[in-house]
Amino acid sequence: MHSLFDVRRNPKLAWAGIVLVGAALLALPFVIASAGTFWVRITNQAILYCFLALGLNIVVGFAGLLDLGYIAFYAVGAYVYALLASPHFNLHLPFWIILPMGAAVACMFGVLLGAPTLKLRGDYLAIVTLGFGEIIRIFLNNLSQPVNITNGPQGLYLIDPFRIGTFNFAQQETILGLDFTGPVKYYYFFLAALIAVMVINMRLQDSRIGRAWEAIREDEVAARAMGINTRNIKLLAFAMGASFGGIAGGMFSAIQGFISPESFILVESVMVLAMVVLGGMGNIWGVVLGAVLLSFVPELLREWVGPVQTALFGRPLIEPEVIRMLLFGLALVLMMLFRPAGILPSALRKRELEVVKT
Amino acid sequence: MVNGLTLGSVYAIVALGYTMVYGIIQLINFAHGEVVMIGAMVAYTVIVTLVGANTGLPPVAIVLLGLLAAIPVCMGVGYTLERVAYRPLRRAPRLAPLITAIGLSIILQHLALIIWSRNPLPYPQIIHTVSYHITATPDGATITNVQVAIIAGSLAMMGGLLLLVYRTKLGIAMRATAQNQEVAGLMGIDINRVISLTFVIGAALGAVAGVMVGSYYGIAHYQMGFILGLKAFSAAVLGGIGNLAGAMLGGLLLGIIEALGAGYVGDLTNLCNLSGWFDALAQRCASDPNLTLFGSNYQDVFAFLVLIAVLIFRPSGLLGERVSDRA
Repeated sequence: MHSLFDVRRNPKLAWAGIVLVGAALLALPFVIASAGTFWVRITNQAILYCFLALGLNIVVGFAGLLDLGYIAFYAVGAYVYALLASPHFNLHLPFWIILPMGAAVACMFGVLLGAPTLKLRGDYLAIVTLGFGEIIRIFLNNLSQPVNITNGPQGLYLIDPFRIGTFNFAQQETILGLDFTGPVKYYYFFLAALIAVMVINMRLQDSRIGRAWEAIREDEVAARAMGINTRNIKLLAFAMGASFGGIAGGMFSAIQGFISPESFILVESVMVLAMVVLGGMGNIWGVVLGAVLLSFVPELLREWVGPVQTALFGRPLIEPEVIRMLLFGLALVLMMLFRPAGILPSALRKRELEVVKT
Repeated sequence: MVNGLTLGSVYAIVALGYTMVYGIIQLINFAHGEVVMIGAMVAYTVIVTLVGANTGLPPVAIVLLGLLAAIPVCMGVGYTLERVAYRPLRRAPRLAPLITAIGLSIILQHLALIIWSRNPLPYPQIIHTVSYHITATPDGATITNVQVAIIAGSLAMMGGLLLLVYRTKLGIAMRATAQNQEVAGLMGIDINRVISLTFVIGAALGAVAGVMVGSYYGIAHYQMGFILGLKAFSAAVLGGIGNLAGAMLGGLLLGIIEALGAGYVGDLTNLCNLSGWFDALAQRCASDPNLTLFGSNYQDVFAFLVLIAVLIFRPSGLLGERVSDRA
C-alpha cells in the first residue's frame, strides 16, 4: 500500500492513485446511500472507530502499553460535548470550541491514568486500565445524585448537532442537484478529520517521539539508558491516545444526539483493541483496515445471519449480536495463534514476533 | 462484617485460581472469571433439574450433586483454556496470551448466553436459610447457615490446597516448575502436565466458588464472571500475586473492605451531616434525609481503588516477595 502512495519514487503513479482513491472516497456516500441512509451511518461509525483505533494504536502499538480502559476517554469526550451542548444545563456552545475542550479533558484523564501506572507493565497495566474504565463508567452511571450532572443511566439526549452559522449538519440540503442528507455531511467532515489524524499519526511515528515510543516498547531500561525521558514520553503516549479518543467521543455525541453510560462498556474497549490487533499493531494502515473490517463485517452479519438461519432451521436460533461477539472472540484467538502480527503487520513488529516464535 | 467475611472467602477461592496460575507461568488467566460463571451455570442446571424431578433427595444433597457436576465441567474448561490460549503462546510476547484469553472469555460468555439465555437465572433457594445471632443482643449481628457453609467450605479448601502444594509430590513439582521451568524439566518433571494440572485445580476451585456465589446471591448471570474475576484478581494482587496465603488474606480483606465500605461510605458522605452549616442544605435534608454523595452503588469501585492503591504503594502486595521488574 505504501508503494502506491510513494510520491518521491514514483510520482505519476502515486498521484494517480491518490486522486483515484480520493474520488472513490468522495463518491462513496452516494453509492452507499443507494443501499439506505442506514449504511451511511454505519460508515460514519466506522470512521469513528478508525479514530479510536488510531488513538489506541499510539498507546498499544507504538508505546507497547496495553490499555483495556480506552473507551473511558471516548466516554469523557462524549460527555464533555453532551454537557456543553444540550438542554441538560441549557448550554449550547459551538462544536469547534467543545471538540478541543473534550480532547483536552480526555487528555487530562489520560495523564491521570498514566501518572500512577508509570511503573506498571504488561498484565498489571492492563488490569488497572480496565479498572479505570469501569470506574469512569460507574461514576457516569451514578453522578445523577445528589447533584444531577450526568443524568445517570438515562443518559443525555437532544444533544446539538454540528452547526456553523446557519449550516446545520443534521439537516438535509440539496446542493448542485445532489441530496446531502445529515449523515452524508457528517461523512465528509469525519473523513477530513480522519485524514488529518492519519497524517498526524504517520508524522508522529517517524518523529523523535515516535522513535522514543518504539524504543520504550522494545526495552524500557535500554531506552532510559539512551537518554530518553521514559516518564514524560509514556505520559505523552497516554495523553495523545486519550485526546484522540476524546475528539472521537465528541463527534459520537453530535452524530447520535443521545448518549448513556451503556455505550461505554468494557466490550467496546475490547472491540477497539481487537481492531488494533487484527489490523496489525503499530501499522497505521493496518489499524484503519482493522477498524473498517470490524465495523462493517458485524453489520453485514446482522443482515445475513437472520435470513440464513431461517432458511436452514426454519427460525432464527441465535441472535446475530451473539454470533458477532463469538466471531470477535474467535478472531482474537485465531489471530494471536496464527498471525500474531495482524493482517497488515508493521515491519518491525513482524520481525520481532517471528524471532520470538521459534 | 459477616457479609464481608462470606464475600471475602469467595473472593479468596477465586483469587487462588489466579494466583496459582500466575505463580507457575507468570501470566494472568484472564478467563478465570468465566470459569466461575460456567461452574455456577452448570450447577444451576443440575439443581433445577433435580428439584423439578422431585427425587425426594435432601436439599443439601442436591446442591452437592450440582457441585459435583460443575467441577468436572470447569476442569474441562480450564484444561481447554490452557491448551488453546496459553500453551501455544508460552514463549510469545506477553501481550499475546493476554489477548487470546480475552478472546476466549468473550467466547465462553456468549456460549453461556446461548445455552442459558441472557436473563439472570434465579437460583432455587432450596436450602432453608436460618439466621443465628452471634451477639447476645437481639438486634446484633447475625449469621445464616449458608454463610457458615460458605466460610467453612472455603477454609477447608484453602487448607486442602496448602496441603496439596506443600505436602505432595505434585505440589513439589508445581513449586519447582514455578521456580524454573527448564531446570524442573531436566529433573524429570513433565512441565506441560504440571501446568495443565494447575489450571485444572484452579478451575475446580472456581467451580466451587461459582456455586457459592450462586447460592449466596440467589442469582446466576452470564456476565457474572467478569466483575467477580476482576475483584478476585484485585484480591490476589492485594495479597501478593503468586502467593497462596496472600490470595486468601487478600480475598478476605477485600470482602470486608467492600462490605464495610458499602455500608459506611454512604453515611460518611451524607451531606446532611453538614446541614448545621448551610441553611439551604438543612432545608433539602428536611424533605430527604439521605443526601449522600457516594452511596452503596459505588460498591464496585472499592475493589479497583484498592487495586490501584496497592499497585502504586506496594506492587508486590501485602505478603509478596520482591519481584523486581517482572510485572
